[in-house]
Amino acid sequence: MSSVLKSRWLAFSLLALGLALLPFLVDAGLGRSWVRLLDLALLYVMLALGLNIVVGYAGLLDLGYVAFYALGAYVYAWLASPHFGLHLPFWAILPLGAALAGLFGVLLGAPTLRLRGDYLAIVTLGFGEIIRIFLNNLNAPVNLTNGPQGINLIDPVRLGSFSLSQPHTLFGFTFTGVHLTYYLFLLLTLAVIFISMRLENSRIGRAWVAIREDEIAAAATGINTRNLKLLAFAMGATFGGLAGGLFASFQGFISPESFNLMESIMILCMIVLGGMGHIPGVIFGALLLTLLPEALRYTGDWQRNLFGQIYVDPADLRMLLFGVALVAVMLYRPAGLIPSARRRQEFADAKG
Amino acid sequence: MDIFLQQLINGLVLGSVYALVALGYTMVYGILELINFAHGEITMMGAMVALAVIGALALAAPGLPGVLVLGAGLVVAIPVCMALGLLIERVAYRPLRHAPRLAPLITAIGVSIILQNIAMLIWGKQYIPFPAVLPQGRHEVLGAHITDVQIAILLLTMSIMLMLILVVQKTRLGRAMRATAQSRQVASLMGVDVNRVIASTFVIGSALAAVAGVMVSAYYGLAHYYMGFLLGLKAFSAAVLGGIGNLGGAMLGGLLLGLIESFGAGYIGDLTGGFLGSHYQDVFAFFVLIAVLVFRPSGLLGARVVERA
Repeated sequence: MSSVLKSRWLAFSLLALGLALLPFLVDAGLGRSWVRLLDLALLYVMLALGLNIVVGYAGLLDLGYVAFYALGAYVYAWLASPHFGLHLPFWAILPLGAALAGLFGVLLGAPTLRLRGDYLAIVTLGFGEIIRIFLNNLNAPVNLTNGPQGINLIDPVRLGSFSLSQPHTLFGFTFTGVHLTYYLFLLLTLAVIFISMRLENSRIGRAWVAIREDEIAAAATGINTRNLKLLAFAMGATFGGLAGGLFASFQGFISPESFNLMESIMILCMIVLGGMGHIPGVIFGALLLTLLPEALRYTGDWQRNLFGQIYVDPADLRMLLFGVALVAVMLYRPAGLIPSARRRQEFADAKG
Repeated sequence: MDIFLQQLINGLVLGSVYALVALGYTMVYGILELINFAHGEITMMGAMVALAVIGALALAAPGLPGVLVLGAGLVVAIPVCMALGLLIERVAYRPLRHAPRLAPLITAIGVSIILQNIAMLIWGKQYIPFPAVLPQGRHEVLGAHITDVQIAILLLTMSIMLMLILVVQKTRLGRAMRATAQSRQVASLMGVDVNRVIASTFVIGSALAAVAGVMVSAYYGLAHYYMGFLLGLKAFSAAVLGGIGNLGGAMLGGLLLGLIESFGAGYIGDLTGGFLGSHYQDVFAFFVLIAVLVFRPSGLLGARVVERA
């Protein structure tokens, strides 16, 4: 028994060490821009895990998820930028943005409780578009969002005099902004993963799965489907709002352009591609879909090596290849790349 | 009065195009319960192919009458889109017919990204103007204007919809389609070749999309590799508004959405005392959509679906 425990601890420590060293390895191996990308990938892991609660656990197809992401980002921008001249600390704004997003999650959830499947999808999609259009146009009569130009010069995360945007040196290591951001995001991502895991095996999580599988049967067994569906919306939206605030501080600039429907669809793709309702799958899907389009920029080099010259601009080619990859993965792994045992079983049943 | 009539005409024209695209969504949904996300991109492909043909023809033979050139564009675009629809169904949807519900949705998104980028690689990122081959006539009706193009769009969509209804209600294929929509399994037991019916549905829907694409680009005078996205989104909303899976619903939903948009754009400024301008027209459309669905969860004409275990 103790040897199992020991090897578990060993694996755990190795993983922790690997995660701690990762930005430096990436920096040395691939360059600074990839560390930035790593930060972004962590952000998407949070977003995907948030949407996973709504879509993966509770089975509510939400195509307007990015609206909550946008809300979190704009709350952060309003309260920590020269736009209104407010510069509140991040530890006050992040929870506020997340809570507001959660509230909007309930506001969206409440009228849509009766809707099923694809009708719900189109209403959430409409909600997302409405939020985006308002963000795009609320620069008059009162300039709330600065319209399509977006909000600029958003404060970076800062604790006292310790700013995440400046390099710091510790034990002979130089931590630049992207490195420090990585650790902050990693910490929060781990928190989100932890909450997701605890939820999955809780009374609430099992009730969500029951609703997903058969809402009527779930209600018949005494599950309060209304409250639980609202809770799923609220929890998912809260994570979205959190990620939005982090995004705003990380980029220093936001505009409605970052929160379009394609973004919602991408997050959904991460979940489905990775393995819906399964935390390792969702994490993998988020990492893959964030990093793959960037990796595909290297197709220019491949073309030069293969044919001696560049035929198609890699920037144009990469989305095409991305689409092909989406189709191919789904054709060969319809339940996702890392499906949960339950879904694999369901799929095997459906086939037979 | 003339503003009202003008918005009515614009709304009907726009709405009939939405309806045509919405029919493609609703037919596929009725049979497969699948949101064919790539349908908007097929519309875009139809517009692009037709534009290429029309442009080439207008250059090669400048003397040809506009209607003939337009017809040639349609004659090429329709079969291309039909083949595309057939191919997509075969490659991206058929293998996933028994997969989890969201899997074909993701392949549909993948296919639409692929089509967009193929179009971008072929025709570039810029807006492509519609060649000036169309008659530019304008008529005045009770103080409002209606152009030849608008009249043509209205007549064409009405006749196509009529034809579609006849096909679905009166022909053998139509009966097979209705049977398949009710129950794929029972239909196949009755000797219906379900795979062929589904393929035919995609082919018919794609043909409608091609026509709609050409009409939309003729109406706005331009085409763009990304035009299918918003058009598809609105058409899908129209289909849901009317009750997805229901042909009459798609037509009604399309026309309504067109009217809402054009009246919204025309009157929203007055209604809100200038607070909201016409750039909120899409918000208006989505608000109506949400309101309708909240009170009628299966759309205007959608059947009340009994929950199945």
